[in-house]
Amino acid sequence: MTPALGSDSETEREADSAQSSRSRGDIDDAERDPQPHTIRLELADEPGQLLAALEPISENGGNLLSIFHERGNVTPRGRIPVEVDVEATPDRFEAIVDALREGGVNVVQAGAEHYAEEVVVLLVGHLVDTDLSDTLRRVEENPATSIADFSLNAPEGRNDTSSARLRIATRSGETAAALELVREIASEKELHVVEPLAGGAL
Amino acid sequence: MSDGKRLAVLGAGAVGSSVVDLAAEYGHEVVAFADSSSAVVDADGIDAAATLERKQSAGTVGDDDPDAALEADYDVLVEATPTTLGDAEPGFSHLEAALERDRHVVLANKGPVAERYGDVRALERESAGEVRFEATVGGAIPIISTVEDLSPSHVTAARGVLNGTANFILSRMAAEGIDYEHVLAEAQDLGVAEADPTFDVEGTDAALKCVILANVLSEGEREFTLSDADVEGITNVPGSALELAAEDGRTIRLVGEATREGIRVGPRLVPQNAALAVTGTRNIAQLETTNAGQLNLSGRGAGGPETASAVLGDVGRLD
Repeated sequence: MTPALGSDSETEREADSAQSSRSRGDIDDAERDPQPHTIRLELADEPGQLLAALEPISENGGNLLSIFHERGNVTPRGRIPVEVDVEATPDRFEAIVDALREGGVNVVQAGAEHYAEEVVVLLVGHLVDTDLSDTLRRVEENPATSIADFSLNAPEGRNDTSSARLRIATRSGETAAALELVREIASEKELHVVEPLAGGAL
Repeated sequence: MSDGKRLAVLGAGAVGSSVVDLAAEYGHEVVAFADSSSAVVDADGIDAAATLERKQSAGTVGDDDPDAALEADYDVLVEATPTTLGDAEPGFSHLEAALERDRHVVLANKGPVAERYGDVRALERESAGEVRFEATVGGAIPIISTVEDLSPSHVTAARGVLNGTANFILSRMAAEGIDYEHVLAEAQDLGVAEADPTFDVEGTDAALKCVILANVLSEGEREFTLSDADVEGITNVPGSALELAAEDGRTIRLVGEATREGIRVGPRLVPQNAALAVTGTRNIAQLETTNAGQLNLSGRGAGGPETASAVLGDVGRLD
């Protein structure tokens, strides 16, 4: 039997209800004032790139608030990170992100769409000896997950059994996948995972 | 409630002895009582007080051979011998003997319904007797009969804290900030944990209860045994993990989950104020239903009189 017994369907249900409450919110929001959103882009270091990236924003009714062009912070692939703050209603914001992606712009992160859910897990075992940074990096490297908070408790010192609490932010509907990733890393490193219960199980 | 029944009680541990002690209070009569080495049989009803006294002082319940209880003229066999795994013997044979004589069986022994559910139901179909087993899950808490009332097809999942020993240890560790070994020693001194606590702290006992629940939910569509369960105990939960959980408003409980898809038992993070975060030896079962939302049933999950009340409740439900 799969280790994700029962929790899959429940997590999905949780995700579904989160989604439906969000879309309900969207309908309300669409009729209310626009809200600020942050978009992180990575652009090739070529003339005209920034302008091309900004066009879809105004074309889709977004109000450009600020641009932070991190010229001095080039990525390993030679791209330049740009952070754009945009004011838009949620449905227009979605259209902006879609248009950017359709136009071939590399959107790294887009406002509220990113990391909509959170899951807290504990890891127990020889955390330091099994390369804690690698454990964290692998969760962080997954495009659907990001570590929002991390806490280590090693009362017996670094070389004995210790515990860690990870608060993982995930994209909407990706909680089960995030837990699966943590389980995978833990089983490889012989760590124990204390997972939360899925859904409304309280 | 149905008419008074003549009971044959097998097993003279805490549960069997309490059934003998309390049967009259529920309008029933004990006509046979056996432990592993002796039996007492009396068609007019055994003297409960004298028999329990004898068990206390001499270690036997009577002068007869244990098999005499099985052969007695009873309406309901109460099977309260220790739970065994695999072939679930001798409990299973006791059940078989009773059903072949068209007698009812009430189980406190988890073995037959956790390890051989299909066989039990097959024997029951061929018999005029009925098998009930409320006492096998959650002691005094009416979980199986609640699932039955709701109808298993309307229960999508059952989960809960179903082992008092493990829960006592986890809640003491969290409250006092002391480590597993120390709390275990304390639990053993208090009689909350047995000298060999393996069954409880490794999650086996909770898993057996979840296997039984999964069998009930599956209604014969699929049969589960302990080997189908994904089980992790609490021996790997250090105080440092409970501390981290507490900093975040959470705690750790040994939670068992049963669905038609399978069984999972393991330490899980739950909010400190959640219904599942019961403390001490208390148990809780949480049922997810299609029309009735979530039901939480909590109470004493072990103990002689508590579990005997579930056994006698089952006896009362028989025709």
